[in-house]
Amino acid sequence: MIKRSDFPILKSKIGGRLLVYFDNAATSQKPKAVINAVTTYYENFNANVHRGLNPLAAEATERYEAARDIIAEFIGAKRQEVIFTRGATESINLVARAWGEANLRSGDIVLLSLAEHHANIVPWLQLKEKIGIRLSYIPLNKGGELDLGAGAKLLKQPRVKLMSVSLASNVLGLRNDLEKLLRAAKKLHIISLVDAAQAAAHEALDVKKLGCDFLAFSGHKIYGPTGTGVLYGRQELLAAMPPFLGGGDMIDSVALDNFSVNELPYKFEAGTPNIAGVIGLGEACKYLVKIGWPEIKVREKSLRDHFLKKLKRRSFIRLIGSGRQKLPLFSLVIDGVHPHDAADLLGQEGIILRAGHHCAQPLHKQLGLTATLRASLSFYNTKSEIDYFFKKFDELCRAFH
Amino acid sequence: MDIYGQNIMDHYKNPRNVGFLEAPDASHQATNATCGDELAVFIKMKGQKIAAIKFQGNGCAISQAATSILSEELVGQTKKKVASYKFADIQKILGVPISERRYKCAMLGLRAIQVALDKG
Repeated sequence: MIKRSDFPILKSKIGGRLLVYFDNAATSQKPKAVINAVTTYYENFNANVHRGLNPLAAEATERYEAARDIIAEFIGAKRQEVIFTRGATESINLVARAWGEANLRSGDIVLLSLAEHHANIVPWLQLKEKIGIRLSYIPLNKGGELDLGAGAKLLKQPRVKLMSVSLASNVLGLRNDLEKLLRAAKKLHIISLVDAAQAAAHEALDVKKLGCDFLAFSGHKIYGPTGTGVLYGRQELLAAMPPFLGGGDMIDSVALDNFSVNELPYKFEAGTPNIAGVIGLGEACKYLVKIGWPEIKVREKSLRDHFLKKLKRRSFIRLIGSGRQKLPLFSLVIDGVHPHDAADLLGQEGIILRAGHHCAQPLHKQLGLTATLRASLSFYNTKSEIDYFFKKFDELCRAFH
Repeated sequence: MDIYGQNIMDHYKNPRNVGFLEAPDASHQATNATCGDELAVFIKMKGQKIAAIKFQGNGCAISQAATSILSEELVGQTKKKVASYKFADIQKILGVPISERRYKCAMLGLRAIQVALDKG
């Protein structure tokens, strides 16, 4: 059952006003269960994992690896296929560096979309500079959904080796029908990477159902601690890839002039990992499963519809991104009010929003915008918070006109 | 709701000195990377002193008002004096407290004018 009281921060005040947290697409708040898991680890089991034949290390390792089992089940993968990273950004960089550098040659094409976050553009631009790969972008239709027809055609270009596309955009708030393109990619033997950073908070992920080769997401956007993330990779692909970072834990043995790598998944986890964070992330997944995705979806849909209803009555606000599978995420353009002013002034009323290009400059350029104001909601938000937002929003607009 | 000061809103709604200058003695185009705002400034000199400033661009109330106010305030001042202006001076000119998170907005116009003068 959804319980707002599970989230301690939501009771707090900011500048004397009750916190209305509408920046969930940037990072979500953490339930008490996650905070407790992190604290319990530090207070009782803090030790380094996979090393030291002592009981404390054994306990820490057990809890860390138990989190891997929870997360593997959470996304329908095998435990060897779950690599812990610092976030979706590092997960995508891992694929670009380890898989990309070993498998891509000058002139090969990586297919992205025009709605990608910088985290799914820059690593590929770096490979473009380094080895001369080419990038190709799937266009969007009028509402902002991925143009699936154009995508299918672009997949058929010669030398497309990888398709890396987000499941849901952090600006448009639309969940793409990516399954169709993933099936087409598979038929053409094109490797696929799904950036699920935004989608992961809103639906049950199943890597088998999606049919992708790699999948990346961040822990902190799904109610887990910051500095945690996951890369899923199909076992055969991960086994064939060279390691990413070198150091402790990722090796089997080291000599003065050579080394051999550890087995999966440790091969890709060099150095002491974010043990407390990963344990917290496991707890966050458990928390979401306990509430249940059907309940989360129903609540988020009702919040979305309420927000859209209020929006419809205000002709001076333009919504960027509309389509069939709309998330409770709204990027707005307001007549005569700059997003920075709106985020600053509404922030003083306790409403936490984000203004800017949301790490998607190419998309904003494509839309002919420099910045938008983004309100992104979670299941713990309420209709009365939405009403308060629009009341303050109206006051703001009156002052500017 | 506490909406900046009257002076800022006045300059934002009715910005002064918007436009171009033919054959300016100094000019610069600045961008604010965090919000994508663009601002072009054109300056006419009379000896060592600023004779006129015009600007063109779009942005938030803080950046637009600050630039508008500067386009009036800085006329008659020397290059050297303008080069010494800092955030505290802008806060004084705007007349209301500006939070650190709006630092870049408040400084966009001044920076553009300073860079233009430095080049020219």
